Amino acid sequence: MTTPSQDSNTPVAPNSLAAGPDDRGFFGIYGGQFVSETLMPLILDLNDAYEEAKKDPAFHDELAYLHKHYVGRESPLYFAERLTEELGGAKIYFKRDELNHTGSHKINNCLGQILLAKRMGKTRIIAETGAGQHGVATATVCARFGFPCEVYMGATDVERQAPNVFRMKLLGGNVNPVTAGAGTLKDAMNEALRDWVTNVDNTYYIIGTAAGPHPYPAMVRDFQSIIGREVKSQMMEAEGRLPDMLVACLGGGSNAIGLFHPFLEDESVKIIGVEAAGKGLDTEEHCASLNAGKPGVLHGNRTYLLQDDDGQILEGHSISAGLDYPGIGPEHSYLRDSGRVEYVSAGDQEALEAFQLLCRTEGIIPALEPSHALAHVMKIAPSMDNDQIIVMNLCGRGDKDVFTVGGHLGVNLTE
Amino acid sequence: METTRIDTRFAACKAQNRPALVTFITAGDPDLDTSLAILKAMPKAGADVIELGMPFSDPMAEGVPIQLATQRALAAGQTMQKTLDMVRTFRQDDDETPLILMGYYNPIYSWGVDAFVKEAKEAGVDGLIVVDLPPEHDDELCLPARDQGLNFIRLATPTTKGKRLDQVLKNTSGFVYYVSVTGVTGSGALDADAVADAVSTIKDHTDLPVAVGFGVKTPEQAKAIGKNADGVVVGSVLVNAILDSLDEEGKASDGTITAVTSIIEGLAEGAKAAKA
Repeated sequence: MTTPSQDSNTPVAPNSLAAGPDDRGFFGIYGGQFVSETLMPLILDLNDAYEEAKKDPAFHDELAYLHKHYVGRESPLYFAERLTEELGGAKIYFKRDELNHTGSHKINNCLGQILLAKRMGKTRIIAETGAGQHGVATATVCARFGFPCEVYMGATDVERQAPNVFRMKLLGGNVNPVTAGAGTLKDAMNEALRDWVTNVDNTYYIIGTAAGPHPYPAMVRDFQSIIGREVKSQMMEAEGRLPDMLVACLGGGSNAIGLFHPFLEDESVKIIGVEAAGKGLDTEEHCASLNAGKPGVLHGNRTYLLQDDDGQILEGHSISAGLDYPGIGPEHSYLRDSGRVEYVSAGDQEALEAFQLLCRTEGIIPALEPSHALAHVMKIAPSMDNDQIIVMNLCGRGDKDVFTVGGHLGVNLTE
Repeated sequence: METTRIDTRFAACKAQNRPALVTFITAGDPDLDTSLAILKAMPKAGADVIELGMPFSDPMAEGVPIQLATQRALAAGQTMQKTLDMVRTFRQDDDETPLILMGYYNPIYSWGVDAFVKEAKEAGVDGLIVVDLPPEHDDELCLPARDQGLNFIRLATPTTKGKRLDQVLKNTSGFVYYVSVTGVTGSGALDADAVADAVSTIKDHTDLPVAVGFGVKTPEQAKAIGKNADGVVVGSVLVNAILDSLDEEGKASDGTITAVTSIIEGLAEGAKAAKA
């Protein structure tokens, strides 16, 4: 059995793209530990605990066991034959993390972090959530390990993601609606940080994406990199070679970095991240930080942010609540500037079309988040040769989104 | 570094055997003109040192009172330029009261650090408190500010223990701001004995004055905390007074300025009695 430790301990050359972060938590100029003094000792403790856990085979064994028997890993690498025919170009494979327990890649990270919380002797878990997928995954692992769970969720998101709110409650989580600001993901993250700063002794904060103060970006990436590592070996088995292109959607960027990271040193593999263009990059209603933001400091890290000329953070917009965040994980900012990864965008309408196409051609209802990645695949696959291979991360399933999509297609499912 | 207004004022208060009263408002709350009028009225009411909040859209370390103050200021159109201009106007009449800008790093980073510290100094700012810059990131702003002659005031908290305290104190100047509770601003119950112990520990590690804040609301608390501390910081109670004074449309009323100054007067009395 392959454990995460074996692959993640593969030496990487100094100064290579995959070597970050440095000792201070920086990927180039991005990342860092921009938090208040009250939290600083906590994240230093967390860093020490994570470094120890990484070296402990028992930690990796327990995680691997849970991946197999609780999550259902490895997730399949699936050749989408009908979609490939429909688009008429490159061969399209999906990494099917939407088949994971809880319906998305979020569980990969939550399991790793809950095991760490247990090791650290913490007794209370907090989390922020946007669409509710991370909140559900967190409430799930809290139920599995017997932790009380407080989830912070913007009041606006509580309204539009009612099924996930109910799921969290069923799982024993306590959902705290956040009314500050616009009541979306960034406000939920502020409120989770306020909880953490108040409950420093017993509380572990499970951040849901590869962002926040060091060590979170690196730690979440490591827990999600199982996606890319599995793809690598599955692709060798299926095709005997590496893919030509990887595509993933980005909100904070955890599913994307999980797919990309194991391939960063493989120069033949082109890597594309797809941000949410909402109603268009020329409007204010999008959340494409890397395409339309500039570097700044928020939520513990320096990264590309949507902000005005006075350094005030703007609200993101996307049809997909999971992409609706004005920042991005710092490693993506670094990969953008280095040019290793190309970051493009897809809008609400394109995502809706991709969503429907996948339902019809493959019998898979995707989440709206990876529908953005699929929208880009639809644009690019037809221009590629038949012997070229694209792997797209199908990071979440769309059950949660059928009401939203119904609304946009003029079908009201709530009455 | 050179002596600043902050050093001079803490020394003067010490000579008078009383803690300095440090008062916070958010710049531009509830509007620019009212905020400037409150700022100008604060020294006469008894404020020894003034902290002026630079509003930021995502004030992670603030409780509800200062979050709301921030939202009021931003809704009224406050910008960093207007905040610096407020300081400039204040300095036309008052060249002695120390003035500290307090906030978060992003609006400063967005402005450009070198240009910001230069303009802040030139406007008459004496020090900076930037919540999300721990000593690990001293090269970002702390050192450039110090080179420009601005004090960089660091927060020490109940979680700042052992060797870390020395690290926190290393490049701090002006005074040390001891955060009396783990929590956000305006929260928690003050434990005067625990605070006294913490202040005494910090004083074993530095000659700088130690001011205590987060949760001081009443003259009695100012008196109790001021017994051991060199300064007492109040903020949430003042911005709450602004909130309570607003009219039905959320605009400043005739009573807004005195709502703040009358509380400061009471707190100043409490602080004066602290070491008696």
